[in-house]
Amino acid sequence: MPVARVLDKASGQIAEVTIGATKANGGSRASVVKVGGETAMPFMFDDGVMPNAPVVGMEVWDMQPTWPDHLAVHYKDVWNNPVAWAAKCQEKFGAQMICIRLIGTHPDNKNFGPDDAVKVVKAVKGATGLPIMVIGCDVPEKDNAVLPAVSQALAGERALIGFASQNNYKTLAATCIADGHNILTSAPLDVNIGKQVNILVTDMGIPIERVIQLQTTAALGYGLEYCFSAQERIRQAGLGGDKMLAIPMLATVGYESWRAKEAKVSAAEFPAWGPEDKRGPAWEVATAVGVLLSGADILLLNHPEAVAATKKYVKSMM
Amino acid sequence: MLVIGERINGMFKDVRKAIQTKDKAIVQDLAKRQLASGANVLDVNVGPASADPVSAMKWLVETIYEAVDAPLAIDSPKPPVVEAGVKACKRPPIINSTDGSPDKMAALIPLAAEYKAGLIGLCMDEKGIPSTVDARLEVGMKILAACVEAGIEPQNVHLDPVILPVKFSQPQFAVSFETLRQLKTLSDPSPQLVVGLSNASQGCIDRHIVNRITLVMGIAGGLNEAIMDPFDTELMHAMITAELLMNKQIYCDSYIDAYMKSMGAGK
Repeated sequence: MPVARVLDKASGQIAEVTIGATKANGGSRASVVKVGGETAMPFMFDDGVMPNAPVVGMEVWDMQPTWPDHLAVHYKDVWNNPVAWAAKCQEKFGAQMICIRLIGTHPDNKNFGPDDAVKVVKAVKGATGLPIMVIGCDVPEKDNAVLPAVSQALAGERALIGFASQNNYKTLAATCIADGHNILTSAPLDVNIGKQVNILVTDMGIPIERVIQLQTTAALGYGLEYCFSAQERIRQAGLGGDKMLAIPMLATVGYESWRAKEAKVSAAEFPAWGPEDKRGPAWEVATAVGVLLSGADILLLNHPEAVAATKKYVKSMM
Repeated sequence: MLVIGERINGMFKDVRKAIQTKDKAIVQDLAKRQLASGANVLDVNVGPASADPVSAMKWLVETIYEAVDAPLAIDSPKPPVVEAGVKACKRPPIINSTDGSPDKMAALIPLAAEYKAGLIGLCMDEKGIPSTVDARLEVGMKILAACVEAGIEPQNVHLDPVILPVKFSQPQFAVSFETLRQLKTLSDPSPQLVVGLSNASQGCIDRHIVNRITLVMGIAGGLNEAIMDPFDTELMHAMITAELLMNKQIYCDSYIDAYMKSMGAGK
């Protein structure tokens, strides 16, 4: 006897967020990305719609990263030149967004100031037509000095800027409103705090269609299941009508995956683990698929093979 | 929680006057303010005073739709009045209400099925309000079964265990709450569970606290809808908090603000 499939019809819909503005909309981007708009859990097309495929963004740092050789080999020629780095991500690796990560502004790193950051951001803006996002160094005082300057340099580009956290959101929220950007809220794998930050920024006057949320991503083997549960719960609540959680999600997959020992170490050290140049990107892809299945809309990745495999996976699921 | 705002009712003096003088502004203002206060559905009742309740109902519904686009609950003991209201609706309303009496069910169930409307079913019949849980459940089951047979999905059936004023029928509260709890198990998916909340406090001096506690205890028993006063802020906050405690909402420090925003309220 055939059994009828039980469908989950949601009462809510995830907000649809546009990142990037073309010339016609006051920016200079050649393309924009739209994320969100779902009325069902990821890829459950019988239950509802998923009008926008998840997108892959790639990181451009403002300083040379300390990556293992099998990742660094793809970036060594460009990693002291953000312009070339961004261009390579776009042209060679197929990035759909560029994420400028201002790690160098961290006081423990290069301690770059607002002017240095603006220089990098302006250069990347000129080098790529892709939508841009910028992430600060996550030191509140420093971000509050750097991000407003960066925001202004990108005014009109409808960029995505982060992080807004529970204890530090006012400066960034105000500056995103003034310059017409989207804001990235963040919470440390805590659904309650995540919801609160979303309320705080919308109370400041940011429309819900200008917010992307991040729950700290955890890589495979380092808490991916917690991240999965948090994202899944957020998405289910959003689909259930909780507008403060019905917001597209971003996951910093590459950054977290490449901190995993299993992605980094060489086969010479751990012969049983197999060749690192396959294992590294595989770790990243496994993490990517996990966060995709729990509702991530934007993934930030590092390894070009991981980018290709993840995009292929998304395509196959859509 | 589905909040069915009770204020557009001819029992209230302002609404009665509005109906008599065809003053649209009073009705439209009540509609807008109830939605802004967190109501999801607006109850519409012409009250007892109207000489021509059929045209009064039609006028009320049309007047409300000129100002807002919200689902309505068409509330009248008279099936012809209900029919006039349902026909004037732009989107499927909730019919408020049938009971278990054959005449009422015969008049309202086909109407609900035809207009894809929800139907509130009171657990009472032509013999009155049963005094035991089992007898009320029996009426509830009778209404639910008749609705399903007529093609109305259980989720569109809103069963009301019937709450009587505590001042006059104190022992009935325990029966109503237990009935509520068991009504939930009548079908899967379960019917919606609704009460006419303000009835609980009829005649009481401090009506607010009675309404508030009745609602909270109801939510603890599975209540997910109430015909109530959304202007009672303390009542709304108690409701939101009770739902939070029942794990229906995700906690955050500003959970009341979050709830109101999700309802699109407070604008």
